Amino acid sequence: MTTGTTTVEVRPLAAGASEIAISGDVTSASEGPLMDAYVRASTDGAKVIVLDFSRLDYMNSGGIGLLVTLLVRVQRQGQKLMAVGLSEHYRQILALTRLDEAIGIHATEAEALAAAGA
Amino acid sequence: MQDRELRKDEGTTMTETAPMTETAPTASVESPSTPHLPPPPEARVRPPAERPAEPPAAIPRSSDANWSKPVDRLVVGEVPASAMNLNVEGRRLVGPVQGFGQLWQKRYRVRLEGADATPEQVIATWKSEFGSFWPKGNSFYGPITGIAPGEVALLNLSAPGGQTLSTGVMVIYADDESFTFMTPEGHMFAAWITFSAFRDGAAPVVQIEVLLRANDPMYEVMMGLVGHRKENAFWLATLHNLAGRFGVEATATLEQTCVDRKRQWKNAKNIRHNAAIRSAAWTAAHPRHWFRRSGEA
Repeated sequence: MTTGTTTVEVRPLAAGASEIAISGDVTSASEGPLMDAYVRASTDGAKVIVLDFSRLDYMNSGGIGLLVTLLVRVQRQGQKLMAVGLSEHYRQILALTRLDEAIGIHATEAEALAAAGA
Repeated sequence: MQDRELRKDEGTTMTETAPMTETAPTASVESPSTPHLPPPPEARVRPPAERPAEPPAAIPRSSDANWSKPVDRLVVGEVPASAMNLNVEGRRLVGPVQGFGQLWQKRYRVRLEGADATPEQVIATWKSEFGSFWPKGNSFYGPITGIAPGEVALLNLSAPGGQTLSTGVMVIYADDESFTFMTPEGHMFAAWITFSAFRDGAAPVVQIEVLLRANDPMYEVMMGLVGHRKENAFWLATLHNLAGRFGVEATATLEQTCVDRKRQWKNAKNIRHNAAIRSAAWTAAHPRHWFRRSGEA
């Protein structure tokens, strides 16, 4: 699915885990595709949602706010939210905003799954 | 002077008129079609009745220079001796993850119809005169270097009973069309506040977008009683004053959504940093400040 410059792709990672691969920009305009992707990622009862940012071009403060909204939905469903493929720049932004205290940040999907116990 | 709830879908979305004060402008009503995040500041905006999901225009790209580096503890720069400098130095930043109360998203907007200014000019003016647009009785002690990533500002806010509440903000992001504040421990809110301007047709539109949780149980109770009303009046008045700076008598709008109704009880202990309690205690211990009102030199 593509909206504006946000492209998301949902794929199963392992039993009970799904990945949302994000390409392009994440701004507040990305809500539709990202939330749709979350619904699809959760369809099979996934307990771990991994966001793959390795093809992220740009994320602004609206995109950061969107991650909070997604986090609320994930926690409400008793799921875990993980992130992989973040550049050093965006790792620092998640640290600055202290989102890294609620979103597990890892280098690879394998590390994320191991940390989630999936 | 009446809040009017227009919509409440399973407790997630409501849009209401803003409360009126002597300084607050009249607020009109926008009706969101879904409980979603608002379009980005770069997006064009049509009148509420016909607002579409329109693709954003050119998005300014951020660079390392636009964002603050992560900080462990806040450091306050020089502030006037008359300022109450409490509750900021050494505190950590807090956002919605660290807050206690319900998660709210608020968007305040004003359209500067007829103003001869670009969004960049509006933001430049807002940055350089930020505190001057605040309602009377509240003081913003910004850094001499201006609003820039990593800078910390001290706030002395008017609190009930003639008290002054000392807290602060840090600038976590700034570019030519927007800037974002994050709050410290003890502030009323664990929040991100983004100030932005964008063009809608011929007119610049100015926006304040807040994502917040009350920081502790006491603040959460206060929010339910008067806090939301005061907060809304504060920012609507600010936008009204900013519009006036550009020669525009404008009506500001408010749209607010409760994103998460749950309280984060694990963060109830945040109350140990409560800036209202600590400011009141400090004032009680310093009699010469008993009759001082916020904003007085």
